Amino acid sequence: MGGLPAGRVEPAEHDNAEWEWRVDALMTLLTGVKGGKKLMTVDELRKNIEALGPDAYDRMSYYERWVSSITQTMIQRGVVTTEELGRKMEQIEKRGRE
Amino acid sequence: MKETGKYQPYNYFQLMEVSLRELLVEKGIVTEAQVAATVEDMRNRTPERGARVVAHAWSDPEFKRKLLADGTRACEELGLDVPALRLVAVENTPAVHNMIVCTLCSCYPRMLLGIPPDWYKSRNYRSRAVREPRAVLAEFGLDLPDEMKIRVHDSTADMRYLVLPMRPAGTEGWSEQQLAAIVSRDCMIGVAVPRIA
Amino acid sequence: MRKVYPLGHIRTPFYIRGRSGVVERLCGAFGNPEELAQMRSGEPKQPLYRVRFLQTEVWPGYRGNPEDALEVEIFQHWLE
Repeated sequence: MGGLPAGRVEPAEHDNAEWEWRVDALMTLLTGVKGGKKLMTVDELRKNIEALGPDAYDRMSYYERWVSSITQTMIQRGVVTTEELGRKMEQIEKRGRE
Repeated sequence: MKETGKYQPYNYFQLMEVSLRELLVEKGIVTEAQVAATVEDMRNRTPERGARVVAHAWSDPEFKRKLLADGTRACEELGLDVPALRLVAVENTPAVHNMIVCTLCSCYPRMLLGIPPDWYKSRNYRSRAVREPRAVLAEFGLDLPDEMKIRVHDSTADMRYLVLPMRPAGTEGWSEQQLAAIVSRDCMIGVAVPRIA
Repeated sequence: MRKVYPLGHIRTPFYIRGRSGVVERLCGAFGNPEELAQMRSGEPKQPLYRVRFLQTEVWPGYRGNPEDALEVEIFQHWLE
């Protein structure tokens, strides 16, 4: 990304939402820091963010890219399966509606 | 950790986060307590920690030497917990101004300073900081003389960078606490310099 | 710097490929991130160097002090 034409740097800051903090925390733990079980590397996080494609920066926010990448990494590593994830997401969504 | 208040449908990514976390907990990989503790831990890492390092380096030439030689060890010497951080401190001088960026992904010395600001992670900063640092600094209100050299550090590997700003004139005899108070996060990234209020 | 653009995760920025710089210091030996990204061990560790490039040599038409510089960490296998 370095050197590509781009606009003004807006001095934007936002406080993380709770879910964003949790994504951040999952990343810390899954890379074996702060007592977590090391199941991935920062390099895989970065690789899977790159794999989201060039328009990921338009479509997704920073932590949306992170959660997508971490989840993809866990699937690649065989820690979770796509099926399990799908079932869980359905379950939680249903739970949220009740 | 449930969202309290009125029912609000999860957006897709929030749903992904909850789902992934619950699966990881079910599989015994993490516990909810660990996640909560880690969130708190990260929240408590703030730029004030870096400011303390800078203030101490300004006050103690031997510490400054150590900081420039091995940033991580120097932080640890001050009692700062910085797990997995490989810190390199780069010193601003009257001749050289340093600026930090990570063009590839927004790497940042999180374990010292906490999470980076949105602008640091933005496409615009990451693209332009390497190519036109002076223009970017001007947008931050920092106009450096042409005679000064700007050195931009792109954190491409495992090292994380901290700018050690110049101690401003007029701070002679200040306590470390007073000194730390004028060292903002932006000074340690290199888009600002400390100023006496 | 080698001027080559293979697929996969690479930590050598595009903007310096094919450019010349000066080795500022040896940072040590680290696991290869290109391999680590693919769930491989990254061993044997590769030497990592901090390389300084003059901005005027990286960007045509760079405006600023001619001694303005860019420092980047590069793995040995990317150096020519």
